[in-house]
Amino acid sequence: MLKFKCLIVIAFILSVNAQAQDKFYTKTGKIEFSSKAPMEDIEAKNKTLAGLLDTKTGMMQFSVLMKGFEFPKALMQEHFNENYIESDKYPRGDFKGSISNNKDINYTVDGTYPAEVIGKLTLHGVTRDLKTKGTVKVENGKVQTNATFNVLLSDYQIKIPSVVKEKLSNNIVVMVECKMDPLK
Amino acid sequence: MKPKLALLLLAIVLFNKANSQDSTDLFKQLGVDEPQKELVYASFKSSRIIMSHSVEMLREGVLDFRILHRFGKVSGGTYEFFGLDGPATVRLGLDYGLTDNISFGIGRSAYKKELDGFLKYRPLQQSKGPGAFPVSLVAVAGMTYAADTITKRYHSSDRFAFYWQALIGRKFNDALTLQIMPTMLHKNIVAQGEHNDLFAGGFGGRIKLSKRISFNVDYYYVINQVPGITNPLSVGFDIETGGHVFQLHFTNAKGINERAFLAETADHWDNGDIQFGFNISRSFQLKKKRS
Repeated sequence: MLKFKCLIVIAFILSVNAQAQDKFYTKTGKIEFSSKAPMEDIEAKNKTLAGLLDTKTGMMQFSVLMKGFEFPKALMQEHFNENYIESDKYPRGDFKGSISNNKDINYTVDGTYPAEVIGKLTLHGVTRDLKTKGTVKVENGKVQTNATFNVLLSDYQIKIPSVVKEKLSNNIVVMVECKMDPLK
Repeated sequence: MKPKLALLLLAIVLFNKANSQDSTDLFKQLGVDEPQKELVYASFKSSRIIMSHSVEMLREGVLDFRILHRFGKVSGGTYEFFGLDGPATVRLGLDYGLTDNISFGIGRSAYKKELDGFLKYRPLQQSKGPGAFPVSLVAVAGMTYAADTITKRYHSSDRFAFYWQALIGRKFNDALTLQIMPTMLHKNIVAQGEHNDLFAGGFGGRIKLSKRISFNVDYYYVINQVPGITNPLSVGFDIETGGHVFQLHFTNAKGINERAFLAETADHWDNGDIQFGFNISRSFQLKKKRS
């Protein structure tokens, strides 16, 4: 009888260990992008980025609703959805990848670690490889991932009409900041 | 006792298994891919189809400067250069989006030196996903004031006319939007034998030909129309170039506000008595969004 009780206790301990903060997630991550062109600077923000990080393997996944991007000008937002990203046809942007130097990150010790991320970004129905550098910050049992990378609109078959060439850059700077909670 | 404990252990082991699924499934568990209710925007390129209000609203803080211009009759032929020599008529207007669902506007037309103003309210917006609503519903109330000194009037109140409209529209897909517009017009003064109240059923729609160009139709059937007056029909193209929308069209309506095109359209399409016209809409964002 005692043996069994011990077994149960051990099983519970193992069970707790097994799910002890391997995976972190957020549904309110921040993603921003900006375009700098001679005649106009454009910035948009989205605070509903979903992100998932498996600290064991370094696997990461992000997904964002294109319609959630907010622009300072209403017309920009409409044109972004209608004419460029075509969010009715391609509602989400997705990233699947992994931290290639995951071994160097100690998720049990607070600190900021450089991270290299390799994966595939899907935008506007086009999937392309993406490689970028960012940071992983461990603090009080939570993980914050940050990265900044460039996206070329032409890579994702987003055309810029000649009339707005001076207002929209082909090179878009994307900034991602996710404060992730342990997945329970 | 033993089997019970064994079951418990099994449950714990299974629980652990469930926890170590791959990340794709976890994303699903988080409900990330779940469809959400979302509002439908961009039913039309601008807040007017051609003559009529569309179910599209100005966003909050947007000022829309509208220049509406109609040339002379195409049936004038080469001598009048198909109406481009004139006589032309114009309406200048300013519309403003007080909120995403309430806007108002003022305008002045050269024809009868008429001032007009309107209030537009959208109580229901089309949406999709769970709990979706299939159409947008917009109510419009407007008035016109004719400042000309030619038309004989007995009281200053005779210069006023009022109109009320319900716009029921649906964006069926990316390309096609249709709307119907039951309309009532009240004129404070009318000629003998005319009705003070006119009732009309309007129909409008657009077909998007490309991302930035659409084909639009705008028509009213006036139920109790007086003889000699006909129903206004406008067809044309919307061309959007960023901050501007150009609406190039042909119409048999000389007047550019609701009173004028419902009650005073005398020209017929089949005689070629139509005019080339354009609307230019220029949007300014007066109030930036807080973020």
